[in-house]
Amino acid sequence: MKNSVGREIPDYIESYGQVKPFEGAFANYGERRRVSVKLRSVKPGESKVVETIDAVLDRVGIRDGMTVSFHHHLRNGDYVLNQVMAAIAKRGIKDITVAATGIFPIHEPLVEYIKNGTVTGINVNYIAPGPVAKAISKGLLKNPAVLMSHGGRPRAIESGDIHIDVAFIAAPTVDSYGNINGVYGNAACGTLAYAVPDAQYADCVVAVTDNLVPYPACPIEITQDFVDYVVKVDSIGDPNGIVSGTLTVTKDPVGLRIAKLAAQVIEATGYIKDGMSFQTGAGGTSLAVAAEVRKFMQEKNVVGSFAAGGITGYMVDMLKEGLFRTLFDVQCFDFKAIASLRDNEKHQWMSGSLYGNPHNKGAVVNNLDVMILGATEIDTDFNVNVVTGSDGVIIGASGGHNDTAAGSKIAIVVTNLTKGRLPVVKDKVTTVTTPGETVDVLVTERGIAVNPRRTDLIEKLKATDLPVMPIEELKNLAERLTGKPEPIQVGDQVVAIVEYRDGTVIDVVRKILD
Amino acid sequence: MKITKTAQAGAVESSDVLITVAPNPEGGIKIELETKRVIEKQFGQQIEKVIRETVEALNVEDVIVKAQDKGALDYTYRARVQAALERAL
Amino acid sequence: MSHYRSMLIMPGNSPKRLQDASVFNPDLLVLDLKGVKDEEKDSARLLVKEAIGFMDYEKVKIVVRINTLESGFGAKDIEVIARVKPAALMLPQASVEKLQDVEKILAGVEKEAGLEPGKILLFPVIETVKALENVSSILSVSTRVVGAFFNADGLAQELGMTRTKDGEEILYARSKVAMACRVAGLDSFDTPYNDGNDTEGLEKDAGKARNLGFTGKAAINGRQIDIIHRVFA
Repeated sequence: MKNSVGREIPDYIESYGQVKPFEGAFANYGERRRVSVKLRSVKPGESKVVETIDAVLDRVGIRDGMTVSFHHHLRNGDYVLNQVMAAIAKRGIKDITVAATGIFPIHEPLVEYIKNGTVTGINVNYIAPGPVAKAISKGLLKNPAVLMSHGGRPRAIESGDIHIDVAFIAAPTVDSYGNINGVYGNAACGTLAYAVPDAQYADCVVAVTDNLVPYPACPIEITQDFVDYVVKVDSIGDPNGIVSGTLTVTKDPVGLRIAKLAAQVIEATGYIKDGMSFQTGAGGTSLAVAAEVRKFMQEKNVVGSFAAGGITGYMVDMLKEGLFRTLFDVQCFDFKAIASLRDNEKHQWMSGSLYGNPHNKGAVVNNLDVMILGATEIDTDFNVNVVTGSDGVIIGASGGHNDTAAGSKIAIVVTNLTKGRLPVVKDKVTTVTTPGETVDVLVTERGIAVNPRRTDLIEKLKATDLPVMPIEELKNLAERLTGKPEPIQVGDQVVAIVEYRDGTVIDVVRKILD
Repeated sequence: MKITKTAQAGAVESSDVLITVAPNPEGGIKIELETKRVIEKQFGQQIEKVIRETVEALNVEDVIVKAQDKGALDYTYRARVQAALERAL
Repeated sequence: MSHYRSMLIMPGNSPKRLQDASVFNPDLLVLDLKGVKDEEKDSARLLVKEAIGFMDYEKVKIVVRINTLESGFGAKDIEVIARVKPAALMLPQASVEKLQDVEKILAGVEKEAGLEPGKILLFPVIETVKALENVSSILSVSTRVVGAFFNADGLAQELGMTRTKDGEEILYARSKVAMACRVAGLDSFDTPYNDGNDTEGLEKDAGKARNLGFTGKAAINGRQIDIIHRVFA
């Protein structure tokens, strides 16, 4: 069947079930229920500390077919997923579904477990380009992977769409009764936002730590009343791997030009004002936009209400400068952010659900004014792809993309018009992650396009001399430089299901050929 | 025209291509393109066409053209192939 | 040519830089063949030639800085590049005689290729002591000459000068070039500010050049263009 963004998707997928087709970004609201949670109550005098991961697997009764979960706040420095999966695999357990919020190159051992049937399913919000993504693209995983957004995963957990048997929570600091924080410890990573729904809804919750502290820990992000067991290992992660990617404003003149244009769009459309809220990514160009917005805010003496999202040291500086009253942090990207979360009460954590769940009583994205987004591809309907490269290989996943695009008042995609030989603006994206109805502006170094739905923005930008043009013109310009790409053939087999934040299916990824 | 030796032009750098040309003992124009999968799948044919056209425009026969690509556009291919061939005469 | 404020100089052998260049909206885009190392000058020449025919350079005027004739590369540069009709050629180490030689070759190529005679203009680079003292003569060599580019680094090399950010050592040279161009009614471009990251320094330096009578300034990276346009508005 075709869904409302015109993608061909199956009616039913083995292991996944009946497919609910995407019907529109705001089509699925109304009365909801949260699923009830099974738990084992703990009597006074019982100890939660277990000696080894192996012993914990005995206690939780790990068996074939279970779903285990992990968070990715330790990013490419995470040891926990590999340690736990190795212990599970050693027992000859099969058919495990790994519900990880993020998978990084360090998780390469998963490929072996995929190949030998230990792992037959994966649920993930972000998957870095690498061996695991390739393995899924090649169809090695028995069941199609399910790709969700940072807001959609908590929705799925709270509604019961995903049932987690055991949540393994990498805990930089935990006490003997399971009170966890991420701001202290050798592997401090800041907030544990993405682990919160797992802690609240999994049948069994295990804190894995290398830093067991005297009871009670302080501060506490995940409280003891959600935690079953605590196990200590030598190391849960490498601090240097926790900080991955570029975290400084780009020096590339083209990136800076894009950033300048984006900031001028924000200013011209009236979003630089007292009480404004803002979110941007962690990449070099995204931070350059923050730098330009900062200049405008300083010039106009504006005090914003909040900045949100994955937080970098740059945003911390803006907070310290008084440009925002507070920060809402769903992920700490660097050591400065971790320290700020720990020490500054104006820097607040928010759980994944509070951040972007569309089916609670209002997530933070609903209050966001300006959102700066990236894109691998964008088409003439403004649909954005951040899941696959143009050759169909998985290189990402929604992350918070479609959550923030839906919630924010102005969602701006900033990107080079072409990336090397590859045009970013196309007739149709390879995979739809974020529907065009929620994407407002595209800013490239060669021109700016506004979604025709936003007549208000078009009006305001007319009065400037910014290079605004129809998106078709940008596409033609890109193709003039790169040539028109040959369409890529993919197989029939569905290897990944791309869920929109509301649990409907917005697209599927099919197996790559050769 | 026949080229008499191996020659190179360009560089293995972002947006460029390193072209190596050598006489082809088997005769004819042989093209070996090394590039990222995502470029090969979408532009491989177009790139080979541009290389072939440039070689033919210079009336060169019997050449092996190897291209180590880093996302070069068509005009860069035309320039580097021509430069390599002229160096190989 | 009316008043041009900025001149962005891009290395002619770098596809990436050639592709990014127009994005910064300089008034003049100088594609540089001279700065390319000798072994690659033939390749760069072809790259610039192909780029001119291909890139979205509609909004900028293209100037190609060719090699000197005495280097052995200059004549072929003119032959190949003139055919793709840049707005102008820029001649380094200019002198009255060399400019005349260039013009002769250029006229020959224009005739042979059936191009409109006299259309391709000339920018001499004033970067030797002799050129500095003879700048007025250089400017009047031909109607193709539409301005001059003062390159302090060239002069510094000849005199063993140490360049400073406040430019006191090049004050005389700057004034002379600016004045001579004024009298001749031609555009004058000041030497680039070499610290690409120092925007405050650039603004001061550009201000100085403007005060001395320059009508524009050269830039070495795209970020410098906006500031230069503001100062030379």
